[in-house]
Amino acid sequence: MRFRLTDDQRALRDGLREALARRFDAAALRAAVCAAGVEGGTESEGTGRRGVGAGSSESGGGGAGGDGTVGSGTGGGGASGSASAGERAGVSGAGGERSGRAGAGGRPVRGAEADGGAAGTRRTAGSPRLDRALWRALGDLGFFALRMPEADGGVGLGLPEAVLLFEETGRALVPGPLVATHLAAGAVPGAATGATVVAAVDGGLVEWLGEADVVRGDPTGAVPLRSLDPLTPLHRVPAGRAAPDPVAVLLTAAEQLGTAGRVCELAAQHARAREQFGRPVGAFQAVAHLCAGILVRAETARAAVYAAAVTADPADIAAARILADEAAVRGARDCLQVHGGMGFTWESEVHLHLKRAWVRTQRAGGVTESEEALAAALSADSA
Amino acid sequence: MDLSYTPEEEDFRARLRDWLARVLPALPPKPSPDDWPGRRAYDLGWQRRLHDAGYADVHWDGTPSVRLIFLEETERAGAPYVGANFVGLLHAGPTIAAEGTADQRARWLPPILRGEEVWCQGFSEPGAGSDLAALRTRARRDGDAYVVTGSKIWTSHAEVADWCELLVRTDPGAPKHRGITWLALPMDAPGVTVRPLRTLAGSAEFAEVFLDEVRVPVANRVGDENDGWRVTMVTLSFERGTAFVGEVVACRRVLGELAVEARKNGRWDDSALRRRLGRLDAEFRALWRLTQWNVSAAEASGGVPGAGGSVFKLRYSHARQELYDAAAQVLGPDCLDLDRPWALERLSSLSYTIAAGTSQVQHSIIAERILGLPKGR
Ligand SMILES: Cc1cc2nc3c(=O)[nH]c(=O)nc-3n(C[C@H](O)[C@H](O)[C@H](O)COP(=O)(O)OP(=O)(O)OC[C@H]3O[C@@H](n4cnc5c(N)ncnc54)[C@H](O)[C@@H]3O)c2cc1C
Repeated sequence: MRFRLTDDQRALRDGLREALARRFDAAALRAAVCAAGVEGGTESEGTGRRGVGAGSSESGGGGAGGDGTVGSGTGGGGASGSASAGERAGVSGAGGERSGRAGAGGRPVRGAEADGGAAGTRRTAGSPRLDRALWRALGDLGFFALRMPEADGGVGLGLPEAVLLFEETGRALVPGPLVATHLAAGAVPGAATGATVVAAVDGGLVEWLGEADVVRGDPTGAVPLRSLDPLTPLHRVPAGRAAPDPVAVLLTAAEQLGTAGRVCELAAQHARAREQFGRPVGAFQAVAHLCAGILVRAETARAAVYAAAVTADPADIAAARILADEAAVRGARDCLQVHGGMGFTWESEVHLHLKRAWVRTQRAGGVTESEEALAAALSADSA
Repeated sequence: MDLSYTPEEEDFRARLRDWLARVLPALPPKPSPDDWPGRRAYDLGWQRRLHDAGYADVHWDGTPSVRLIFLEETERAGAPYVGANFVGLLHAGPTIAAEGTADQRARWLPPILRGEEVWCQGFSEPGAGSDLAALRTRARRDGDAYVVTGSKIWTSHAEVADWCELLVRTDPGAPKHRGITWLALPMDAPGVTVRPLRTLAGSAEFAEVFLDEVRVPVANRVGDENDGWRVTMVTLSFERGTAFVGEVVACRRVLGELAVEARKNGRWDDSALRRRLGRLDAEFRALWRLTQWNVSAAEASGGVPGAGGSVFKLRYSHARQELYDAAAQVLGPDCLDLDRPWALERLSSLSYTIAAGTSQVQHSIIAERILGLPKGR
């Protein structure tokens, strides 16, 4: 038993972490939130052209050299090949992207070739734009094609590697329907490369409907919500609940784990730096123990999520989901508490983690179903 | 990330399973919790069987994975746990193995492994619990012996122990961590008085130990004089490492039994109860994975359990209490009947957040050693 990351897995994870640090850092995150807040007006039906160009056109020549390949050392196929220097230079970020996008105009949501009906234009006032250049960069890094066989142009890796990557995008709060697009790779043309953005109807909600090129499931009658999460536009759909895909549950749990780890770091950083009564607030046990609690929940969830990725057992996945949801939501709340008044501001990134964690708890069935599934298994096993 | 075991490890598991299936049916019935001589004989008898079958030193010499398999399989099969051998096998023994001289290892280790001698742990004092280094039991050098005076408390199994791993203060002038020494105290030495303490569960699991001018040979000192704190830290990391592995397996079995009981008595129809049990199942699955994660980390780092042990200990203690609270919900009014299964375990579970370092202390350890927060008060 070697229940720890292999060197290749570590390299894979670190590769994406570094790529995201260059391409979607804290400043980019803030810019994306600002952009979502100020941009208004429903976009009109556009030219139908893919928005990729707008993103790459802003990329400068910087950032050459280095190896942004996430799949390095893992024998990744073509799709993991290169994050072009241009993509990496694109870090100037969502702010720059926004102006480019405004010029590019809106894009229509194409009819869902795979499973869904046509969605029509769903972009609503004040909702964020998807950073297509970032999406393509993720595609170039092999993020979407990760689990496709190499023979089909994929990276040929498995669930454990996917979980490590989704933990990173969860950590960085990368916006967009990442799980839906990843799951569509191989089934929806262009999803694997990041050329096509795929959204999915999930339990009465659709994330990023207005920005998607393809919608899986039936979005008929979709009505926009004023989304709690400034970086996740949401639509309500009347459609009934389909049985959740266990892989979607697991990848969501991985994103929650990323959040749990990140808020633990943020809380500890703040507790070390912020001084009151002449010492760092982390010297007060009430604060230190909150931080320790965040860590305990995150590390327990980590063991559950990684193990579920190895076994792919639906019961293990249900357990991972329960632990990861708790670690993310309670972690983010406690992190907010450790930040004091700063934690209640729009300015600080803490609320973004909590809000995204709340969005993810609504995905793929939710915790109630996982609890009931495990209870049923318990009862069946011991009957 | 690999959760599978090597062929050698699977072979070890298969042979162990086979052996357990043969010996367990022949085991005498478990003695009652208050029958101390009976408990001692039972626990030592089990250790003797392990010894004769070649499993005696699995806790010390086995790789962490082999230890995990051993604990998992013995618990699955319903075999006895270390019981009265706990301190000898999991605290004092490993400490002597790591820090003792060749003579000391030859004197003390074989009787532990053969199931002949029982050890207890004399660390805590009335004035030194969480702040263990504040201990005041005094040891004065007199020729080739230390003369020890003071008192210990919460000493588990003291009544049936032959030896006590004893922490004493040898230099009252030094800073508190620097004046402590580790001694092996023979429990039959003149001046040792044991007074049993009754726990809230009704049994006498631990005791007060009074020491009045007790002469302990200098040859019984493990490690250097005044170096006992460092020697002790070796022991404590064992305690928080893999000591609870078997119990996690047992808790998962209890959960299954709770589901059966709830179906029988109709409470399974209560969705809140079902979900509570489902959530606990997730919890213990995760704790099992966390154990495997920690064991893999220990294997990679040469066997010493790190601060990860505190993460596990903290989470597990609370999960165990929550498990037996859920059991009470399954039982309904029957949870007040001490003759029902789980009622007594519910009481025992209350010690988990206190013994071997309270939950508050574990939180502080995690905050300081893992998160790097400043030392608090
Ligand atoms: C069943 C059982 C078996 C035991 N067996 C043994 C044994 O065999 N040998 C042995 O030596 N000991 C044994 N112990 C003792 C055990 O190690 C101590 O009880 C434990 O370390 C706590 O010490 P205390 O009881 O003095 O509590 P205290 O230290 O007095 O703690 C009282 C309360 O204050 C809190 N507290 C104390 N200090 C701090 C701090 N710095 N920050 C925050 N909160 C704090 C504690 O968390 C607790 O809530 C056993 C205990 C139990 C319950």
